[in-house]
Amino acid sequence: MSGIRQKKAERIQEGGPKGIRDTSIDEARLRAFLAHAWQTPKGLYGWLATVDHKLIGRRYVVTAFLFFIFAGLSALAMRFQLAAPEAGRIGPDLYNQLFTMHGTTMMFLFAVPVMEAFAVYLVPLMIGTRNVAFPRLNAFSYWIYVSGGMMIWIAFAFNTGADAGWFSYVPLAGPDYGIGKRPDFWAQMVTYTEVSALAVAVEIIATVFKQRAPGMTLDRIPLYVWSVLVTAFVILFAMPAVMVSSTMLILDRLVATKFFDSAAGGDVLLWQHLFWFFGHPEVYIIFIPATGFVSAILPTFVRRPVFGYLGIVLSLIAIGFLSFGLWVHHMFATGLPQLGESFFTASSMMIAIPSGIQIFCWIATIWGGKPIFATPLLFVLGFIFTFVIGGLTGVMVASVPLDLQVHDTYFVVAHFHYVLVGGAVFPLLGAVYYWFPKVTGRLLSERLGHWNFWFIFVGFNLTFFPMHILGLQGMPRRVYTYPLESGWGSVNLFISLSSLVLFAGFALFFLNMLLSLRNGHLAGDNPWGASTLEWAATSPPPSYNFPHLPVVTHRDPLWAEPDTLPVIEGLRVDAREVVGGTVADAVPQLRVPSADNSIWPLLSAIAVGGTFFASIYTPWAVVWGAIPVSIGFICWFWPKGEPEDEE
Amino acid sequence: MLRAHGANARKIFDLIWTFGAVAVTTWLLVMLVLAMALFRRHLAEASRSPLQIDSDQESRLIRAVGIATAATVVVLIALTIGSFFAGKSIASLSGSETVIVRVTGHQWWWEIRYPKIDSSHAIVTANEIHIPVGESVKVKLDSLDVIHSFWVPSLAGKRDLIPGRPSELSLIADKPGIYRGQCAEFCGYQHAHMAITVVAESRKAFDAWRSRQDSDAVTPIADEERRGQAAFLGTGCALCHAIRGTLASGTVGPDLTHVGGRRSLAADTLAMTPGALAAWIADPQSIKPGAKMPRIALSADDLNAVATYLGSLE
Repeated sequence: MSGIRQKKAERIQEGGPKGIRDTSIDEARLRAFLAHAWQTPKGLYGWLATVDHKLIGRRYVVTAFLFFIFAGLSALAMRFQLAAPEAGRIGPDLYNQLFTMHGTTMMFLFAVPVMEAFAVYLVPLMIGTRNVAFPRLNAFSYWIYVSGGMMIWIAFAFNTGADAGWFSYVPLAGPDYGIGKRPDFWAQMVTYTEVSALAVAVEIIATVFKQRAPGMTLDRIPLYVWSVLVTAFVILFAMPAVMVSSTMLILDRLVATKFFDSAAGGDVLLWQHLFWFFGHPEVYIIFIPATGFVSAILPTFVRRPVFGYLGIVLSLIAIGFLSFGLWVHHMFATGLPQLGESFFTASSMMIAIPSGIQIFCWIATIWGGKPIFATPLLFVLGFIFTFVIGGLTGVMVASVPLDLQVHDTYFVVAHFHYVLVGGAVFPLLGAVYYWFPKVTGRLLSERLGHWNFWFIFVGFNLTFFPMHILGLQGMPRRVYTYPLESGWGSVNLFISLSSLVLFAGFALFFLNMLLSLRNGHLAGDNPWGASTLEWAATSPPPSYNFPHLPVVTHRDPLWAEPDTLPVIEGLRVDAREVVGGTVADAVPQLRVPSADNSIWPLLSAIAVGGTFFASIYTPWAVVWGAIPVSIGFICWFWPKGEPEDEE
Repeated sequence: MLRAHGANARKIFDLIWTFGAVAVTTWLLVMLVLAMALFRRHLAEASRSPLQIDSDQESRLIRAVGIATAATVVVLIALTIGSFFAGKSIASLSGSETVIVRVTGHQWWWEIRYPKIDSSHAIVTANEIHIPVGESVKVKLDSLDVIHSFWVPSLAGKRDLIPGRPSELSLIADKPGIYRGQCAEFCGYQHAHMAITVVAESRKAFDAWRSRQDSDAVTPIADEERRGQAAFLGTGCALCHAIRGTLASGTVGPDLTHVGGRRSLAADTLAMTPGALAAWIADPQSIKPGAKMPRIALSADDLNAVATYLGSLE
């Protein structure tokens, strides 16, 4: 540590009190200075202390995909058990843990984090800045996320895996019926991941509002960035509900509060309201960024700007708002008054309107363009094919009487896999194919990519479409087995076999990444001829992203000015600085110092994570844990005479 | 639910078909237009800048998206109204019930009670409901442990059993038959084996069943049955189970007064046969792992005797 601080002192001396500006030196020295100012030191310390949004974004993505693999394998194990009626391959105890871990991991540890991870990586590049606002908070959020995820999976390895479903309904997860410490691990994992999600949401909002390239007015923000901005606001309002409810659950279990104990004046339905007030927006937290991927990929491969930019932006905002008015449609079977239910039916149907507008705009974009059938576009087309099915079955389950039949059956399992896999994972895979060359400098193999797409697309539909039928035949969800006389055996066997095709598709996907990382064709800066700013950076981008920060004059800057972009000058090159501008018009206002690497986010995350973990076992952990947590935060924010403290 | 046999279920069944038809039509239309957009003859030459946009085409596209959006709004409003009226007409089914059944959810079985009417006692049974065909039946739902959900797909939509929040549901069966139902809210280990049987029969058969349930358990006559009763009362069985007419009065597990007359065992986990009864008593945990019924050490002879005795309690 002392070595690094010393280096910095020399650097500042060398730069003099006002520092070296990018106007006063030639291009080669400029790059050298910037590389020095923004570098991540080599070695373990640098790896742990970095605040580079690209390194953090990349490790966020890799970690999320690792959790995806765990959750996927749990699903495969479940399909093994369900392949035959009354099979005794996996007993109810393990099965319940498996489906809970599958859902919990996919929602909390894969889908939301992976979407945030892409945003952390891409947003600064797409809006032409050098790092996210609050870079250390970004590092902190990653460490908190990974420790929460590891905790719940290690608990699973010790037969303490959560087993009350990803929704952990009380009283089943409550003090009287929850088994051992299983629900406590679940509830604390939620706390970890929500802290990290909230941190990223704050960063994204601040970054998009204040650090956009000069000239990037609100109507020139790339649609992907709009989508993550809306998502960040949805996170900000939805996540506190689940943090409150999971904390209440922990309190009920640990110190015998009675929030959810109906015998003591509590209410078990309170849990459901709080959980779904988060849980429904959660679906849109996953889906909205996925629509952003589509809006980013589509124009590049049909060679024209997205049709209906304004319509899409307004749709995104409308979806963000409406997503908070749907939660009760998860609770129709609990028996609410008919008029109240009708309101939630209407709002659940209403959200199909902005979603439909987006679909229409994308089809119009294709109509007005000339498609190039590269892998990212295939995934976008696969997305439209499957997501429209999921959206339409969504309209079906919005109807109260209809839902009373299909609720908690395999019909709903089919529905939300169409929405989440078709609607979010397909665009995500397209996004991986699309931005992989930017991140690694190498293209993924197109040949493997086509195979990969068709395996996943066919495997997915063969696996999940028959579930609609099973549900209509009356097969409930979350059952570890079903009777022979039900006649559901052959369809279940078909589904289990189809899931192997899907599994092979994902194996090809990971294989392609591993192979292409070494042997892929070199990509160059802009292999697809795309229009947004991230393609102006080199592939992979340097630590400082752009030698000069670009100025934007058009919604599709690289198409409007294909040869050279205008840039802004006057930034320091010997210290971390970014441009801060106005929220609406991105008029540059000031040079904003950006935080340097620090080990304290990691150490604080260890203190916070340790406190959360210990509080599973004793409430005193909160008292004693406050000490290391305070030390961590004090050291993190202690003024060290660094450039960012000067002004 | 693909085979609806009650007014409630039939109304929902019609709704599923209506929504399904609209969904399939919509999806086909969207796919058709998408295919046309992808494979139509693209006039633009490859060298053109992506920013050169044909303004005539653009205004045609604006019109098309506008029309599609308007159509979406109209269809959604129609579906919302249709759903509302279907809900209203299902709600109107309640109010004229001739039979009341109380169902209490337990991990992992259903306690069934028919409240006392006129001359007869209240009836307590488990996992099997009898209803008269063509009559509206009020099912009152409650749970004493975790949340369950009462769902007989052929007869009606589901309704949750929530501790502290009693609720109710109306059932009508159009024709005689045996309808399987199942718990639809995840309730722990044996959620998968928490089924319920609804037997719809003529009024006459229903009344006969009811008066049979009303009586105390038959007194064992054969030696084997008497030995079974003694073993039942002498080991732990009676701590949890009740048999009216004997000293057994436990309330933790299902009432066994007429257990031999039921169609199935352990919430429809096994068909009711002498062999299944013996197997279940011998080792409930391997048949239904996690079930609250412990394994009771009985000699082979006692075991068979208990099974024979219980089987005789029709």
